[in-house]
Amino acid sequence: MTDLAMGHYGLYVWSSLAIFVLVLLIDTLGPLARRRRNLRELRARLARQENRRRPGTAQSP
Amino acid sequence: MTPGHLGAACAALLRRDLTLAWRRRGDVAMPVLYALIVGTLFPFAIGPEPALLARIASGVVFVTVLLSILLSLDTLFRGDIEDGSMEQLMLAPQPLALLVGMKILAHWITSALPLIVVAPVLASMLHFPTGTLPVLVLALVLATPLLSLLGAVLVALAGGAKRSGMLLALMLLPLCVPVVIFAAGAVSAAQQGLPWIAPMAWLGAGLALAVVLGPLACAAALRIALDS
Amino acid sequence: MANWVPLWLHRLGSPPVFYRFAGAVRPWALGLALVLGAVALYGGLFVAPADYQQGDAYRIIFIHVPSAWMSLFIYGAMALAAFIGLVWRIKLAETVAMESAPVGAAFTLITLATGSLWGKPMWGTWWTWDARLTSELVLLFIYLGVIGLYHAFEDRRQGARAASFLVLIGAVNVPIVHFSVNWWNTLHQGSTIRLLGPSHIDASMVWPLLTMMAATKCYYVSSLFARVRADLVASESGKGWVRDLALGDEAKDPTA
Repeated sequence: MTDLAMGHYGLYVWSSLAIFVLVLLIDTLGPLARRRRNLRELRARLARQENRRRPGTAQSP
Repeated sequence: MTPGHLGAACAALLRRDLTLAWRRRGDVAMPVLYALIVGTLFPFAIGPEPALLARIASGVVFVTVLLSILLSLDTLFRGDIEDGSMEQLMLAPQPLALLVGMKILAHWITSALPLIVVAPVLASMLHFPTGTLPVLVLALVLATPLLSLLGAVLVALAGGAKRSGMLLALMLLPLCVPVVIFAAGAVSAAQQGLPWIAPMAWLGAGLALAVVLGPLACAAALRIALDS
Repeated sequence: MANWVPLWLHRLGSPPVFYRFAGAVRPWALGLALVLGAVALYGGLFVAPADYQQGDAYRIIFIHVPSAWMSLFIYGAMALAAFIGLVWRIKLAETVAMESAPVGAAFTLITLATGSLWGKPMWGTWWTWDARLTSELVLLFIYLGVIGLYHAFEDRRQGARAASFLVLIGAVNVPIVHFSVNWWNTLHQGSTIRLLGPSHIDASMVWPLLTMMAATKCYYVSSLFARVRADLVASESGKGWVRDLALGDEAKDPTA
């Protein structure tokens, strides 16, 4: 077992880990948000088309 | 030679491109002027000591030549794509790779050859030893066609894109690293009195490969980029 | 008897099938990556003994080296997908190639950043023109060029094909760059300090390394699948299955 200070090198080791986790976290969350946004935009477009076809019947929430 | 003949077509295309370049002589002079100006800025930036300048002269010459070629590459296919003559070339019975190779040759003659002529002047201004100038010119003669060929493939790829100024630099930089390393390496080896044949031979091998594969890749890239 | 393999691959090439397949596999891949990554980090940062030369600083290896492997592995996978996409004009392969590039660039960035953080205590400098570091930097530029070219086109399909071609050119070029940089390095620097010199590696250092490698592979699968799903929803938005998906999600997920 080693201590968290890692000798004198704790700063370097932990910031490496922080970069690793941070970059991959951004890389994970980005596409999930993008897919959700794409689906939302598509829904909005479908709703608009529906409105145009039957004006007045469909209300956008 | 009959009009539809391969050689006749190539010669006609080369003549056309050279004539077009001659009509706009000012544009041809711009890369040379650019190289001279960038080269002149270095002594102002790092100081006028002859020893220091002689040490970096070959590197400065290669980087400025590379940047000038990059500058002139942007217009290599743009005019032809915009006025539709590229479609004509693609539909021509002659192989597109050969015709594109002629265009690259014309580009090399109009933009790289003047740079090779002016490079010894630039190098001498930076106190480059006169005895090593032939090696510098030889390295440029081998390196500039390589850069033109590599650049032409990338320009062809970016042909269908809307904005391509910085993008071309970003794409060309990784590909031209070996060219710069071997060309500048040969010159600095010659400068130190070391054997410079090996890097020059690698450069020549690269050029031989690029002369064969470059036009083929360029033709394929043009077909991809304009396929719509 | 073995006929179901090509049949299955052929069906997988269809976007809706792949979308569902990727959606089913992704959480498992991500979970596996998290578990393996946690185990590897525990083994690497706490269990493995300190190096007799570098002390605890060498522990960056458990992040740095798997990331470096992945930066090359993803390029290989991307080049394969680009080749398949260009030759057989399979749209899904083009998408896979294009969505691999950001993941590969992320791993290359991690490799460079952690290499720099490792170099500071060991070499006394944040950056040195070491052959491997320089090659990795060039690799990052290639990734960025591919991403840039892909996004420079109005038509995504055309951009994907042009960028796929650039991927293949880069695949030819990467070994040449590495060779030339090695040559240049020996010309300019007499010797380079080797991080992983002749010192033999203890077994307690090897297993976290290999586990981390497996974790990053799983991570790549999960990230790639998430990206391809996001891309398919956008590029196939005119198709019926995406429309059903959008309307179905609304019923399931009232917050969206």
